[in-house]
Amino acid sequence: MIDVRLLTAPFNPGALVGPFASAHPGLGGICTFVGEVRGEDGVEALELSHYEPLTLPGMQELAETAAQRFALMGILIVHRTGVMMPGEPIVCVSAAASHRRAAFEAVDFAMDHLKSDSWFWKREKRDGAWRWIEPRADDHSDLARWG
Amino acid sequence: MDVTLLFLGKLADVAGAGELAVPAGQSLDAVLAGLGPELASALRGERIRMALNGALVSDAAAIVLEDGDELAFLPPVSGG
Repeated sequence: MIDVRLLTAPFNPGALVGPFASAHPGLGGICTFVGEVRGEDGVEALELSHYEPLTLPGMQELAETAAQRFALMGILIVHRTGVMMPGEPIVCVSAAASHRRAAFEAVDFAMDHLKSDSWFWKREKRDGAWRWIEPRADDHSDLARWG
Repeated sequence: MDVTLLFLGKLADVAGAGELAVPAGQSLDAVLAGLGPELASALRGERIRMALNGALVSDAAAIVLEDGDELAFLPPVSGG
């Protein structure tokens, strides 16, 4: 099962991962990553903007690529947009596979591509002022791991 | 009808708005020339991609903006 969602309101990852796991009886392993807004460095809020016609189709394509590349039984990709507070989940990726390594690697692969190769723009608020987050050199090397 | 220009990410700050309506029937160069030098320069940046009606543009020179078109300007994504 490929399940890809773009959400504008806070979500509870556990409430999505439970049903996702149940949808794959006989799975060998399931690996889940949840990314949250960091509360360090005086960050008061994070805002993600996206471009609807490209962002969701891009996530869907990423999910299909990961499912095929790692021979998954299923993959769940959920991403927030809008304004988020520290501690709120931004992203949840869960992969179900017959064997653990495929599940680990699929989640790592999907996260690197969501971070560096998906249509999201981020800005963070510190001391009451918004500042856009620029691309990092690490993003390129993260992607390069996957060839 | 007009053409809608969409400015994503920090381009919205440069433009002072997330979107702007301009008259149809102009070339891209003519549209950009009408936006003022600071915004036009930001939109012409080599790392800015464009999407016309939701599809990425590979040949910007070929763009002709018709009634009802939506042209989005996409700066590099933010990463981690």
